[in-house]
Amino acid sequence: MSSQAGSENENNGEHLPTVREGEDGGGVAVEERDPFANPGLPPHEPRKQDIDERAAKRSERTVSLLFTVSMLATVAFIAAFVAIDVDEIVYIFPLGHVSALNFALGVTLGIALFTIGAGAIHWSRTLMSDVEVIQERHPIAATEETEAISKADWRQGTEESAIGSRKIIRRTMLGALTLVPLAGVVLLRDLGPLPGTKLRETLWAKGKLLINMNTDEPLRPEDITVGSLSFAKPEGLKEGDHSFNNEIAKAALMLVRIHPGDIKDRKSADWGHEGILAYSKICTHVGCPVSLYEQQTHHVLCPCHQSTFDLSDGARVLFGPAGHPLPQLRITVNDEGYLYALGDFDEPVGPSFWERG
Amino acid sequence: MKKLSARRRHPLAALVVLLIALAATGGLYATFAPTGKAQAEETSQSLAVEEGQKIFRVGCASCHGTGGQGSSDGPSLVGVGAAAVDFQVSTGRMPLQQQGVQAPKKPNIYTQKEIDQLAAYVASLGPGPAVPEESQYDPAGGDVARGGDLFRTNCAQCHNFTGKGGALTDGKYAPNIDGVDPKHMYEAMQTGPQNMPSFPDKLLTTTDKQDIIAYLDEVGGDEAESPGGFSLGGLGPVSEGLFAWVFGLGALVVLTIWITARSAKARKS
Amino acid sequence: MSTTTTHTRRNPPSRGERIADWTDARLGLHGAGRKNIRKIFPDHWSFLLGEIAMYTFLIVLLTGVYLTLFFKPSMAEMTYHGSYAPMNGVMMTEAYASTLDISFDVRGGLLVRQIHHWSALIFIAAMATHMMRVFFTGAFRKPREVNWLFGFTLLVLGCVAGFTGYSLPDDLLSGTGVRFMEGATLATPVIGTYLAFFLWGGEFPGTDIIPRFFAVHVLLVPGIMLGLFLIHLILIFYHKHTQFAGAGKTNDNVVGAPFMPVYVAKAGGFFFLVFGVVTLLAGMFTINPVWDLGPYRPDLVSTGAQPDWYMGWTEGLIRFMPGWEWVIPGGYTINFGVFIPLMIVGVVPTVMVAYPFFESWVTGDRREHHILDRPRNVPTRTGFGVAWLTWVFVLLMAGGNDLWATHFHLSIEAITWFVRIAFFVAPVLAFWITRRICLGLQRRDREKVLHGRETGIIKRLPHGEFIEVHEPLPQEQMHVLTSHDQHTPLELGPTVDDNGVVRKQSPVEKLRVKLSQGYYGEAGQIPKPTRHEYEEITSGHGHH
Repeated sequence: MSSQAGSENENNGEHLPTVREGEDGGGVAVEERDPFANPGLPPHEPRKQDIDERAAKRSERTVSLLFTVSMLATVAFIAAFVAIDVDEIVYIFPLGHVSALNFALGVTLGIALFTIGAGAIHWSRTLMSDVEVIQERHPIAATEETEAISKADWRQGTEESAIGSRKIIRRTMLGALTLVPLAGVVLLRDLGPLPGTKLRETLWAKGKLLINMNTDEPLRPEDITVGSLSFAKPEGLKEGDHSFNNEIAKAALMLVRIHPGDIKDRKSADWGHEGILAYSKICTHVGCPVSLYEQQTHHVLCPCHQSTFDLSDGARVLFGPAGHPLPQLRITVNDEGYLYALGDFDEPVGPSFWERG
Repeated sequence: MKKLSARRRHPLAALVVLLIALAATGGLYATFAPTGKAQAEETSQSLAVEEGQKIFRVGCASCHGTGGQGSSDGPSLVGVGAAAVDFQVSTGRMPLQQQGVQAPKKPNIYTQKEIDQLAAYVASLGPGPAVPEESQYDPAGGDVARGGDLFRTNCAQCHNFTGKGGALTDGKYAPNIDGVDPKHMYEAMQTGPQNMPSFPDKLLTTTDKQDIIAYLDEVGGDEAESPGGFSLGGLGPVSEGLFAWVFGLGALVVLTIWITARSAKARKS
Repeated sequence: MSTTTTHTRRNPPSRGERIADWTDARLGLHGAGRKNIRKIFPDHWSFLLGEIAMYTFLIVLLTGVYLTLFFKPSMAEMTYHGSYAPMNGVMMTEAYASTLDISFDVRGGLLVRQIHHWSALIFIAAMATHMMRVFFTGAFRKPREVNWLFGFTLLVLGCVAGFTGYSLPDDLLSGTGVRFMEGATLATPVIGTYLAFFLWGGEFPGTDIIPRFFAVHVLLVPGIMLGLFLIHLILIFYHKHTQFAGAGKTNDNVVGAPFMPVYVAKAGGFFFLVFGVVTLLAGMFTINPVWDLGPYRPDLVSTGAQPDWYMGWTEGLIRFMPGWEWVIPGGYTINFGVFIPLMIVGVVPTVMVAYPFFESWVTGDRREHHILDRPRNVPTRTGFGVAWLTWVFVLLMAGGNDLWATHFHLSIEAITWFVRIAFFVAPVLAFWITRRICLGLQRRDREKVLHGRETGIIKRLPHGEFIEVHEPLPQEQMHVLTSHDQHTPLELGPTVDDNGVVRKQSPVEKLRVKLSQGYYGEAGQIPKPTRHEYEEITSGHGHH
C-alpha cells in the first residue's frame, strides 16, 4: 500500500507539485496566520486494510465472493432461460401473478450485474489506494504566443485564398451555398398531400344510416333510451377497411337521449330526433375522443385535458381548454324507422386549425 | 340476561331481529297460505311487493317519495326496474348516508331477501329491467378478447383500460371495478346508476355485456395476471414516473453515496 | 514464466504493453495515456448523477438495439392470433402486434422491453437532477457554459427520443399522445395544417407516422445524442471536473482519486450497479403493460391518459389553459388553448439556454470558476432554481389532475383553478422563501465562523452566569465557510462626469445594475466574516 504514494510522483511528476503535507498544500500562498487560510490537504490516514493484512484479506474475499455470486447468477439466468416456459405465470408475493420467466431472468441478471458492480466498488474502496492526489489546472484559454500564431495562420490562409479580394467569387459561393439546401427542402414536399378540404369533410352525408359501433346494426330511435350512451359510425364503414382509422377519426359519433324538456338549446333540439342528439365524439381541443358522459348532468368530459361540454345546451364548453362546442350532426328517422344523417357536419370536426374560420 | 342486553347494541343485532321477524312472518304465512301453486306464486309475489313497500317506506321514501315518485332529494324510481334496486342496495350505495355529488360504495345493510322484496316493489311501480340470471353474467361464458374491444369502446373512457376508475366533473368519479360482483357489473351496464349512462340490450346486447364481464374478470379479478411484475396500480405513466423517481433514481442516489463515502479509517479516535 | 524472462531482459514488455506500443505507433496512444491515465477526478456523490444518466443512456442504447431486432414499425392493419389470448382476433397494427410478440413470445423480450423503458425514465430523471446539481452549484459558469448547452440539448433530445419511443407500440395510450401532437401541430398558426399533413403523410392517423417516428427514435435522435454525449464527456475531461471548496482544494487544482485505478473501478462498477438495479426493477415491476391498453383506434380512449413523466409539464400547461379561441379577421382561427402552451414550451428552453450567459452578464464576472458554489451563497440563483422546480411541480400536478382528484377526493375543477393561480403565485413565493432560507443559512455560517460551534457544554462562570462553551471551528471548515466569492453589486456611475457633461445611461445598463443589486445587494447576501472581525472577537472577550 505504501508504494501507491510513491507512484504518484512518478506518473504525474511533470505537472504536480505533489505536496500533501504542510501548510502550503494546494499551492496556496498562506499569509501569516490568516485564520481562514486553506489548511492544505490533510495527511493521509491509513484504512484498516492499509495496515492490517487480515482486514485486506477479508476485503479480498468479499470482492471475490461478489464476483463469484455474479458468475452463479449468470449460470442461473441461462438455466432459467432454458427451463422456464415463456407463458408460465406464478404467484409471487407481493408482486402478484407475474411471468415466471420475466421474474427469473430479471432477478438473476440483476444480481449478476449488481454483484459485479458491488465487487468493483468494494475493491476500490477498501484495497485500492485512497490517497488523495492533487493535479494542477491550466487555464483553458491559449497562451498569448499560441493565440498569436493561430491568428496569424488563419490570416495567412484567408489571404492566400484571396476570398477577401475576389469579391465575385465570395458572393457567388455564398449564393450557391445558400441555394443548394433548397433542394433538400423541396425533396420534403412529398411527405404528404396538401390538406385541401379533407379536414372539413367526413364520411357523413345525407341519407347515411347511423350504425351502432357495438352491434354493427342500424340504430332505431326506440333503441336509444333516455340516459343511455351509444356510439355510431356511418353506414358502409367497416373496421378493417383500408381507410377505417382515417375516417372514424373524423366521423365518430356519440348519441345520447335527453328529455326534450331538458334541452336548453332550441337549434340543438331541432337537429336531433325526439331528444336523441348526435354529437361528434372528437374533442374540439386536440382531438381526443370525448365520451365521459354523465347522464344526470348531461356533461361530457374529455379524459385528456378535461374540457367539459354540456350536451343539453348545444355542447357548450363549460370548462377546460376546448375553444368551441362539439359539432352536432342533423339526424332524423326514415320510413323504415332507422336513424339517418341529414348531411355532413356543418363545420369541421376535431381540433381547430388556422383556416377553420 | 345481562349478556343479551350487552349484545343488543351489537351492529348485527338489528339484523338478527329482522331475520327472526322475517322467519316468523314467513312461517305464519306458510301456515295460513292457500295451497294452489299458481296462486301461491302470485300471492308470494304480491307479498314480496307488500314487504318491499314496507322496507321502502322505512329506508327510501324520505328521498324518493312514499310512492317512489321522487322528490327534490331523489329521483323517481318509476320504471328503473328491479336490476337498479338490486345494484344500488346490494353495493351499499343506497340508502344514501348523506347527500353529495355521488353515492359511494359502502357495506350493504340489507339481506338479499329484503333486497329482492324491495326490488319487487320498485319493479311493480313501472316496467324496467329485471335482475339478470346467472347465465347472463357468468364470466366463464364470455369472450375475453371481444369483451376487451367492447370495454375500450364503451367503458374505458371513464373506467380506465383495466377498470381502475377515473375522475369525472365536479368531484364525481367512475369507480374502480376490480373485484365487483359480475352481477352488479351487468346491472350497472343495464341500468346506468347515478351518472353512468345506461347500455340497454339493444345498444349493447346481453352477449356483449357478458363478454365485457369476462374481460374484466380476466384483467381485474383476484387472479388477474400482470406478466411484467407488480402493476403499480394500473394507473399508467403517472405512477410509473413517480416510481422511477422515488425507487429507481432514489436507489441509485443511495448507491452514489456509498461509492463516494470515505472508507473507514483504521484510527477511529 | 516471469522468472525466465527477467533473466533475459531487464524490462520485458508484457503482452498488453506490446499491444499498446503497436497502437501508439499508429494512433499515438501513449500521448493520450500520459495525460489521462492518472487524471484526477474529485469525489462527491452529486458528481455521479451525470454518470447515472450516462449509464442509463448506454443501457437504453443496448436494449434498444435488441428491440429493433423484433419490432416491426408498420401501421398495416392485421388481426391478432398470437399467444396472448385476451387479444385474440382483435384488429391491430403490426407495430402493436410485434410489441405483443416481444412481450409474450420472445423469451426475455419482456424483460428487455421493461429495462428499456425503466432506464429511459431514469435516464431523463438523472439528466434533470444532474442539471439541477450543475445549476445550484454554479458549475455552468466559465469555462463550462458550452457544456451546459450540450447537456441541455441532450435533455431536450432525450425527451424527443422518449416521446417518439413511447408512441411506437401504437397502443391506445400512446396513440392518444400522437393524436395530441397532431392537434397541437394543427394549432400552429398559418402553417399548422400543412405541417400536420406533411408529418403524418396526410390525414390523422394515416399509416406513416409510426415508421417515421421509428426512424427518428432509433436513428436520428440517438445518433445526434451519441455525438453530443461524446463531446460532453470530452469537455469534462478537458476542463477537468469542478470541486467543492475544502482543505487543499483551490481554483487552480483538482483533488481526488486518479482515473486509473480508482475512478475506473468506481465508474465501471457503478455502470454495473445501475444496470443491475434497472434490471431488477424490470424483473419485478411492470412498466407500460401495452397488452392491457389495447391497440390504438382514433375513436377510442381511456381515462388517465397521460404521457411519461418528462412530458408531464407540457400536459399540465395544456390542461390548465382556459378555452380561448379567436377567429381573427379574414376567417382564421387561433387556438390559444394549445398555442399559448406551445409558446411557453418554446420559451422555457430559451431561458434555460440563456441562464449562464445572463448570470455572467449581470455579475460582469469573466474569471474561470472551478470551485463550486454552495447554493446558500448565491441566494438569488438558488431562488430562481427553486422557483423553477416549483413551477414544474405545479405543472406536473396539473398534468395529473384527474389522478389527484380521484386519489385525494378533490374535484378536477378545483385542482385546475388552484393550478391556474399557483402557476403565477407559487414560483414567486418559492423564490422569496428560498432566498430567505439561504440568507438565514449564510447568517448561521457567519455566526459559526465568528463564535465557533455550539458544544452543548454548559459552564458556570465564577460570578454565577451560565454560558455555553463555543468551540472554534477546525481550520478546514473555517476555510470552507469563508472562501466563497462575494461580488460587490454594480453601481450606476455618476450621471455627470468630471467635466460636467451629462453621461447617458442606457436602460439596459440600468437594468443590469438593478439585477446586480438584487443578486449581490444587501438583500441578496450576508457579508461573510472578515479576518479583521474574527480577530477582534477572538482576541477580545472570549467566545460568546
